[in-house]
Amino acid sequence: MNENENHSSGIIKKSDLIFAQYKTMYTVLESSLQLSAEQIIETMLDSGLRGRGGAGFPTAKKWQAAASVPAVQRFVICNADEGEPGTFKDKAILRQVPRKVLTGMALCAKAIQATEGYIYLRAEYRNLADELQAHIDIFHEYCDRFKLDFRVKIFMGQGAYVCGEETALIESMEGKRGEPRNKPPFPTEVGYLGKPTVVNNVETFATAMIIFKVGASEYKKLGTPDSRGSKLFSVSGDTRKPGVHELELGMSLYDFVKEFGDGDTKAVQVGGAAGMCVPRREFKNTIIGFEGVPTGGSMILFNSKRSMYNVLHNYLDFFNQESCGQCTPCRVGCQQLLLGTEAVKKGEKDTVYLEQLIRLTETMRIGSKCGLGRSVGNAFNSIVENFKEEILY
Amino acid sequence: MPESSITENRFEKEIVSRAIDQFGCDRENLLPVLGFIRDEHRYLSIEIMREVASRFNMSSAEVYGVASFYHFLPTEPRGKNLISVCKTIVCDMHGRADVVAVIQDMLKINFDQTTADSNFSLQAVNCIGCCDEAPAMLINDKPYTKLDATRTREILKRYYP
Repeated sequence: MNENENHSSGIIKKSDLIFAQYKTMYTVLESSLQLSAEQIIETMLDSGLRGRGGAGFPTAKKWQAAASVPAVQRFVICNADEGEPGTFKDKAILRQVPRKVLTGMALCAKAIQATEGYIYLRAEYRNLADELQAHIDIFHEYCDRFKLDFRVKIFMGQGAYVCGEETALIESMEGKRGEPRNKPPFPTEVGYLGKPTVVNNVETFATAMIIFKVGASEYKKLGTPDSRGSKLFSVSGDTRKPGVHELELGMSLYDFVKEFGDGDTKAVQVGGAAGMCVPRREFKNTIIGFEGVPTGGSMILFNSKRSMYNVLHNYLDFFNQESCGQCTPCRVGCQQLLLGTEAVKKGEKDTVYLEQLIRLTETMRIGSKCGLGRSVGNAFNSIVENFKEEILY
Repeated sequence: MPESSITENRFEKEIVSRAIDQFGCDRENLLPVLGFIRDEHRYLSIEIMREVASRFNMSSAEVYGVASFYHFLPTEPRGKNLISVCKTIVCDMHGRADVVAVIQDMLKINFDQTTADSNFSLQAVNCIGCCDEAPAMLINDKPYTKLDATRTREILKRYYP
C-alpha cells in the first residue's frame, strides 16, 4: 500500500534488551563510572533516547539541564507512578530487572552530581516494595565499593493518577496535594525541595543502563530517526497475546494489530486514556512513535463486539475522578464531558451538542496546566469522531 | 485544653509520635507519616489529623486537604481488609461485573461500605496495572488477577475471620 511506503519493515521487530538477564552484578555500572559526567551525558545525547513515560522529552537534555544549574544539592527521581490505564510495563521492569533501573539512576546521579535518589512507587504497587528494597540494599554495597556517594530510597505514593506528572509528583513528595506546578521553572532547575531534579520514568533509567551496555551507536540502530531504540508495550484488551512486549519503535499499527489482534480488531487505544483511539481504517497509516502516535506503552485493543460508548464513558469517569481540580477548565470540563456524553446517549441533548463538547476539550487543552487536562480531548475527540454512531445510538 | 480531652487523645498522640519518631516532622515527611498511621489505624480520624497538624505546625484543614487528595489515605473508618476492585476499561471488558456481584453477594455491602463485623471494606479503584490478567483486584496490598466468580469466592474466604 502507498501509505506504507515510508515504513520499511512491514513486520514487527522484537527486541530483548530490557529483560535480558545478566550474570554479573553491576559490571556496567562499574565500567561506566570511569566516564566523566560530561561523557555520560554525551553518550546519552548520542543515543537519542527520549523519555519512556509518554511525553518523550530527550533524556540527555534533562540531565544536561539539571547538571548546568549551580546547586549544592541535586536529586534523581525515578517515576514509578505508573497509573495510565493499560500500562503495566514498569511493574514488570521493577520486578524482573531492578538492577538496570538502579544503574540508570546511578549514572544520572554521576552525571548531575546528585547524592540522593528516590523511587516514587505508586500505592497500588506496594507489594513490590520489600523485594525492591532488598535490591536497593545490595546496590548500596556496590555504590560503596565503586566509591559512588549515592543512596536511593523508596517513596510510597498514596494513590493519585496526576502524580505521574513530574511536578505533581514533586509536590506530593514535599507533603502536599499532588497538584502540578506552573512550568517554567522546570524541575531540572527548581525541583524537589527547590533543588535541580531529574525525574525520569522507570523504563527510561533501565534503557539508559542498556545504552551504556551496548553503546549509543549500537542502540540507535534500532527504531527510526525520530524514535530511536526499542520500547516496552503493555498489550491488553482483545488480544491473543496480553502482556509486556519489547518492540522497535516506528512500526505501523497495522503490523502491530496483525501480531497482537484477535482477527476482529475494531480500534486500538494507543497511549492509554490520555492517548488516541485509532480506528481500523487508519491502522495502515498510523506509525507508533514520536513521528506518528506516541505512547508510553499502553496498547488496548478493542474488537467489534465492544461498545465504544462504554470505552469513552469509562475514560471520562476516570478523568473526572483523577482531575486534581486545580484548573477550572479541567475540573469542570471533565464533569461536563461525562454528563454531556451521557445526556447525548439518552437523547436528552441533540447530536450537535457533541460539537460543543469537542470545543470544550480545546478549551481544556489551552487552559489546563498539565498533561491531564490537555490530553482528555485526545481520547474524547478520536472516539467521538470515529465512532459517532456508537455514542449516539 | 481540659484534662479529659488530653486523656482521650492519648491514643492519637501515641500513634502520631511513633510515626514521627520513624520519619520526622518536616513537611516532606507528611505522606510517610500519614501512610504509617493508616497502616496502624486503617484510617485518619479527625483527632489524628489534628494531632499531626500540631506536630507539623500546620493547620488541620491543610492536613485534611492533603489526606483527602489521595485515594489510599482514607479519612473515614475502614474494615480490616480493604478490597479494591479495578474499574478501568480492560477489567470492565473481562468480567469485572461478575467479580463485583460475587463480592457484594458474599459480603452484603456496596462500594465504599464496610461489613458489620468491620472485616471488609469495598472500593472501586482506577487501573492497578494488571490489565494483561484482567479482571483484577487488590486485597490490602496483594493483587489477585484472572478473577472469575469461583476464584473470587475462594479468595475472599481466605480473609474471613
